[in-house]
Amino acid sequence: MLEDIKARYRYSLLLMRELVITEFKLRYQGSVLGYLWSLLKPLFLFSILYFVFVHFLRIGSDIPDWPLAMLLGIVLWNFFGEITGGGLGSVVARGDVIRKINFPKYVIVVASSISAFINLLLNLVIIAIFMIITGVDLHWGALLAPLYILELFIFAIGLAFMFAALFVRLRDINHIWEIISQALFYGSAVIYPIAMVAEQSAFLAKLLLLNPIAQSIQDVRHSLINEVNPTLYTMTGSVVIASIPIVLSLLTFFIGAYYFKKKAPYFAENV
Amino acid sequence: MVKADHIHNDEPAISVKHIAKNFILPHEKSTSLKTNIVSIFKQKRRTKETQRALKDVSFDIKKGEFFGILGRNGSGKSTLLKILAEIYQPTNGSVKVNGKLVPFIELGVGFNPELTGRENVYLNGALLGFSRKEIDDRYDDIVSFAELEDFMDQKLKNYSSGMQVRLAFSVATRAEADILLVDEVLAVGDADFQRKCFEYFKGLKRTGKTVVFVTHDMSAVREYCDEAILINEGVVAFNGSADRVADEYLKLFNRATDDENTEKVGSERWGNGQVELIDNEFVIGDTIKFSMEIKSKIDIEDVVVGFRFYDESNNILAGASSVNARIGAVRGIVFKKDKSKQVTFECENILGTGTYRLGYTIRLTDMVTVCDDNENLLTFRYNRPESHQPIICPVTLTINQE
Repeated sequence: MLEDIKARYRYSLLLMRELVITEFKLRYQGSVLGYLWSLLKPLFLFSILYFVFVHFLRIGSDIPDWPLAMLLGIVLWNFFGEITGGGLGSVVARGDVIRKINFPKYVIVVASSISAFINLLLNLVIIAIFMIITGVDLHWGALLAPLYILELFIFAIGLAFMFAALFVRLRDINHIWEIISQALFYGSAVIYPIAMVAEQSAFLAKLLLLNPIAQSIQDVRHSLINEVNPTLYTMTGSVVIASIPIVLSLLTFFIGAYYFKKKAPYFAENV
Repeated sequence: MVKADHIHNDEPAISVKHIAKNFILPHEKSTSLKTNIVSIFKQKRRTKETQRALKDVSFDIKKGEFFGILGRNGSGKSTLLKILAEIYQPTNGSVKVNGKLVPFIELGVGFNPELTGRENVYLNGALLGFSRKEIDDRYDDIVSFAELEDFMDQKLKNYSSGMQVRLAFSVATRAEADILLVDEVLAVGDADFQRKCFEYFKGLKRTGKTVVFVTHDMSAVREYCDEAILINEGVVAFNGSADRVADEYLKLFNRATDDENTEKVGSERWGNGQVELIDNEFVIGDTIKFSMEIKSKIDIEDVVVGFRFYDESNNILAGASSVNARIGAVRGIVFKKDKSKQVTFECENILGTGTYRLGYTIRLTDMVTVCDDNENLLTFRYNRPESHQPIICPVTLTINQE
């Protein structure tokens, strides 16, 4: 059974592996610090946002371990942004290869998401170090964190599939997505605690959490850092409402993958 | 068991049934939302043109066959090859491929100039279906075949184009395919590399691989291919043995140029028409003989006649005129009103195998007044027997009063 699957996806897997290796080699080629940059960039962004929002504006000062929760949010946001942004241009960037040889096109999008995944893992190591330093208590709920990250991944790659296929014909998509993702960044409670919104309007806070990005980030914070971080479930107490973002993620994935699959045979002549 | 094998072998390697391919070409390619929106507001549908690259193509390729696909540029042969390689989807019809197919549409697919030779071998190999381990096993062979032992850890951007091609070809030859699609790769590289390619393809023929070969090089078709098809204007014009199809190709090619001549008198043939060509005869053998029957509408005594050969890339190869010092002391040719003369150029056959174009000019000795000029009188294909070496020789000119 496993051998069958291996044989069937052999070509896709070995190709994906090479594409990931190539992307890694090319990304930081000729830079002195090389791969360290993918760790340094979120840390620098975190430092800036920390000084502005936590230090000066005193946002989240009443929430225990908020700076760490904010860093985690930034890391997860970067993960989402890398998959969608990288995936969007990935098919067009490989246009020359697509025009010359036939291969499963989804490999391109998945390969670009895998390097985002590796970045995430390295960044989570940094988070873990901070968690040890600040003495965060781990509880059994932490085991759920990978599931929420998986949910975010499914949502992101679903969007990446759709954007990558759209971008072949419609080159405005990258500009539109840049604007929308800016809005999503500020709307997903990455750099401010959701409790701050809840103080103003509980309804708005719940509404924000219907967005799979906000919801998954909040759930990872809840399970990994501190249970004071509210989640959609703790705020509504309803399993049905809490499962809306999850359904939304899966739906996005299936629609995106279906659209990509439908358009993929025509990439060679349109790209 | 034997019987089963026999049935298996009878199955065609590739079976193409009623393939059609349309490309929809918007007159203004809309890649931005603005143009899409603007065209909605204009309420005028953007005119789309459907280009029918292939109309109805069917053929079978037997296992172990060297199969040629011939056609002029724009005939649809490259589209057909891309459909066979599953790069394009056919609009209609079906392709059945029986065995592992590797396309050589272009060598070095995925090569990245920023990576080293070694890294590119693994990347290109993966696209051809090799795992890391399989490349590991073949790596030394690949490098030594490409003769690039000292360069593998340099970036590809520092390679010469010849080195890149050698490396790409070397990887490609390791592909263990049952069917190979080859798109005129033989036309690249230096003489030494071409020799290697030819040897490789000869070897393939011996091992019984199926090779599909797209080209417009007739001598290669005759030498390698067993069967061939001729694609013209999106349909199979001929299907048969390689020699026969090559002959048909030449016929079609020459007829096409004849048509062009009659059609393009206005554009390609020009001049004041006072002295003009009314008939010509062109014979190529041990010697090249080009006879022109020229008639004048006026009494005139300073006419110059010349001819030129061009190669496929439009370069002038050879030529002579009646004032050329090596031909003789002829200054101007004398013509009487409404009388014609036969002007014959003859020289030893200096042409190698290839496709050539013949043009002529009839001018006055001032070389500015053009009476009749046609750069595209006829196009011909010449296959030079290998025993004949091209030589440069003087040209003789004879003028006979009719």
